[in-house]
Amino acid sequence: MSTVLDIMTFFAVLTGAFFFLAGTVGLLRFPDTLSRLHALTKADNLGLGLVVFGLLPQAGGVSAGLKLVCIWLLVLLASATVSQLIARAARQHHARA
Amino acid sequence: MIETLNTSVAVLILALAIFTIATRELFAAAVGFIAYGLLLTLVWVQLHGLDVALIEGAVGGGLTGVLVIASAARLRDTPATAAVRLGASARAAAAIVAGVVAAALAACVLALPDPASTLAPQVAANIAATGVGNPITAVLLAFRAIDTLLEVIVLIFALIGVWSLAPDGVWGGRPGPRYEADPNGILAYFARILPPIGIIVGIYIFWVGADHPGGKFQGATFLAAMWLLAARAGLTDAPPISRVWLRIVLVAGPMVFVAIGLAGAVTAGAFLAYPAGYAKPLILAIEWALMPSLALTLALLMAGAPQRPGMP
Repeated sequence: MSTVLDIMTFFAVLTGAFFFLAGTVGLLRFPDTLSRLHALTKADNLGLGLVVFGLLPQAGGVSAGLKLVCIWLLVLLASATVSQLIARAARQHHARA
Repeated sequence: MIETLNTSVAVLILALAIFTIATRELFAAAVGFIAYGLLLTLVWVQLHGLDVALIEGAVGGGLTGVLVIASAARLRDTPATAAVRLGASARAAAAIVAGVVAAALAACVLALPDPASTLAPQVAANIAATGVGNPITAVLLAFRAIDTLLEVIVLIFALIGVWSLAPDGVWGGRPGPRYEADPNGILAYFARILPPIGIIVGIYIFWVGADHPGGKFQGATFLAAMWLLAARAGLTDAPPISRVWLRIVLVAGPMVFVAIGLAGAVTAGAFLAYPAGYAKPLILAIEWALMPSLALTLALLMAGAPQRPGMP
């Protein structure tokens, strides 16, 4: 059982890391603010979500696991809000320019 | 494996530090500095200094980040940033001074005895007398309480320094501009959702500080940040700094600290000494008294100098 869980952790964290890598490449390579935000949200949402999902079996307890999920939810809330604010600022800047 | 990770974090920190100094753009330097603070948090976690990691993340990455970004935004359009070019000799002198200081610091670090001299065994041997379980709290509020007292008082002096930048006409008024945001917008929504969570986390971190990593500084930073968020979203406004309650809350914590210290001089024979058996309740009393003072001091430091008259 624990081997199965370890394999699950391995693949989930690896996939999460891939999303972070892809998000970072997008952040560096995409041409404008909105597409860069799009790339970044993939890292925050899916990347961190998969890392947290992979770490859940290793958390060693329901309480620690819940804390991990809470961290993911808080990051989701913060990144969604900040993306909205940056996108709005970018649009206003664009409209003015 | 973990060695590779440590080395890459160290290299990343050095690279970020160089970037922060070398970049010509104020905003980029501010962002570099915040990332630098967050990476330092990782370093403290690796060094098992969870208390320091918490404070570095909350203050070094968070509150200082807000201060630095606000300063960068304020300085952006002023002539102060219009490229001041130093002469070649002045630049060379600055480079030499900085190089000598860095070399001296490096020499000092390399000259440290290995293993480093430590007072940790004494702390471990005497921690039972204080009644608290977290050795950091024992050091901060029992063995080296005088440092903590001075630190708290320094913060109040810093606040007085910020206030003293106010023009005469608005002295005693409300700090900073009044922030306006769409009351149905995303920022106002965020500022309604997050504070209940942040306040609970802040109080929790304060509460567990006696026995686990955490404490009043970290908890107070959380509370100050939540207030700052609500203020930036236009949901609340800073009080005029001439309010009597505000000044009482500001000095209450340090006053309780000094009073307990003076009482120690009478009952236990030394300033800031605790009579045997009363250490834990007295430490908790100081923590409880300092928490609101620290939260208000940090929030007002973020809010800045008075800019508007306080009376309607």
